[in-house]
Amino acid sequence: MLTYGEYGGRFVPETLIPALDELEAGWRAAFADDAFHAELHDLLTRYAGRPTPLTLAERFAPGKRLYLKREDLLHTGAHKLNNALGQAVLARRLGKRRIVAETGAGQHGVATATVCARFGLECVVYMGSEDMERQRPNVQRMHLLGAEVRAVEFGTRTLKEATSEAIRDWIANVETTHYLIGSCVGPHPYPELVRELQSVIGREAREQVLAVEGRLPDAVVACVGGGSNAIGIFAGFVDDDVRLVGVEAAGAASLGGGRPAVLHGARSSVLADADGQVLDAHSISAGLDYPGVGPEHAHLRDSGRAEYVGASDEEALAAFHRLARTEGILPALEPAHALARAAELDAELVVVCLSGRGDKDLAQVT
Amino acid sequence: MKQLAVYLMCGRGTPELAEAAVDGGADLVELGFPFSDPLADGPVVRAAAERALAEGMRTEACLECLASTRERVAVPLVPMTYAALFEAYGWERLARDARTAGADSLIVADLPADERPELERVQLVAPTSTDERIRLAAERTDGWLYLVTLTGTTGARDALSPALPGLVSRARAATSVPLYAGFGISTPDQAAAAAELCDGVVVGSAALLAAEEGATALRRYVASLRSALDAGVTVG
Repeated sequence: MLTYGEYGGRFVPETLIPALDELEAGWRAAFADDAFHAELHDLLTRYAGRPTPLTLAERFAPGKRLYLKREDLLHTGAHKLNNALGQAVLARRLGKRRIVAETGAGQHGVATATVCARFGLECVVYMGSEDMERQRPNVQRMHLLGAEVRAVEFGTRTLKEATSEAIRDWIANVETTHYLIGSCVGPHPYPELVRELQSVIGREAREQVLAVEGRLPDAVVACVGGGSNAIGIFAGFVDDDVRLVGVEAAGAASLGGGRPAVLHGARSSVLADADGQVLDAHSISAGLDYPGVGPEHAHLRDSGRAEYVGASDEEALAAFHRLARTEGILPALEPAHALARAAELDAELVVVCLSGRGDKDLAQVT
Repeated sequence: MKQLAVYLMCGRGTPELAEAAVDGGADLVELGFPFSDPLADGPVVRAAAERALAEGMRTEACLECLASTRERVAVPLVPMTYAALFEAYGWERLARDARTAGADSLIVADLPADERPELERVQLVAPTSTDERIRLAAERTDGWLYLVTLTGTTGARDALSPALPGLVSRARAATSVPLYAGFGISTPDQAAAAAELCDGVVVGSAALLAAEEGATALRRYVASLRSALDAGVTVG
């Protein structure tokens, strides 16, 4: 059964279906339980540092009212912690003591290692060996937090293969293990679960922009790899008359250049050949270097509710340097793609999700 | 007689290898149509899929391989693949073209019994499956039910999965269709022990490793499984 129009579903081996049923039931129960929301709210405010501010970037985008939703200021330096905290609380409710995760840029791996340290859970993170090379600081952080980082040495050696390996680990250890997926991808109910946990970004941004500007923005812009920061900020504005713009890496444009295909348990828009074989993505940003995307984004594209555009490596690098020099903020390379397109958007009042900070990318940009 | 199913990956040499497997005593050949991101597969099948894709074994070439294999062997042939290939080629079209090329059924590793019920195929159940799901899969399965012996991916293990006896008794309670055990079975002793409980066994990764050594090695390996199945379990 597909979950988002023509997209979504559960294309996984039978071994996982009972675990997905259990996860869905546990998630529905938690979502309906005030105690779950209270615990999560407490963690998000006292531990993670929410709400994150909304910063006007006047020098970066003169002539516009361009606001940055500062997920880079969240504990661990990216929006990934919103999801990791929520899923860790859920895993404990399900009685799972071992956590497995995939990571590309390392931000989700760090967020997962962080919550596992905080809750005393065993943590294994799969990471492509190429990504371990280009995101070395995050590998060191995960080690310091007590996680085991397992290098994935085959195939693309990036996020696609790391995700497959994490799912294979989950298949083998499903009775003790929760798979803490990092984006709004994977089999149902993960895309919905991750969106709900990231929707705090959109709820806060909507309130904040209304408070400071007295009106809703013309456009909301976010980068899209798997698409979790985008789906989170879009969630706050999807029912309003606000343009939703997702920015993909030009070499990993699953929505701009993909076709309907099955990857990692869901039907979505995927970079694949005519036979359904998944192609390699290419991006300077490890977090966007993924040939798939969350099924809800594919649905939002088809329905016309959101638009998706691309930005090249060079454009993202230029936006990175420009934000550093004009605002004193080093963005991660992933949201630098969103900044590149937002600056030239034909819109006066714009909110950009600054999904993470750029310290991890110093080796790529200097 | 206990049934012996052997898995081979589609490739240039596959028709000859299938013939060798049947000579060695295989009753059924599964033909892997390779996929780039095979979630149910361990390192051996995954590597074989990577090599097959590098060799150009896309869906149409796999169907040709199936047809060539059909010309050489009379046993049932069952393509085993992933939903992605059906999505791209068309669900009904791939099922139809596979039948035309000589397939007797299909196995889709990432398509649980409640998805696409109209696609006739051999259904898989696992130790984690509930009784209700085992009943559903057995009702919908095409001929026999594939018991995944362990929670994990394909590939050899040191011992037969301790989860198999429980799964067999739950499946027997739910259905009278033949039960074949697969995943983690590589040695003649493991095959015989699994066959003691089930109606057939499926051997994949170990057969691929033997096939890498050539048709003679594969025939010899399959024959060793065959005689173990025919002799029954060696006690002690």
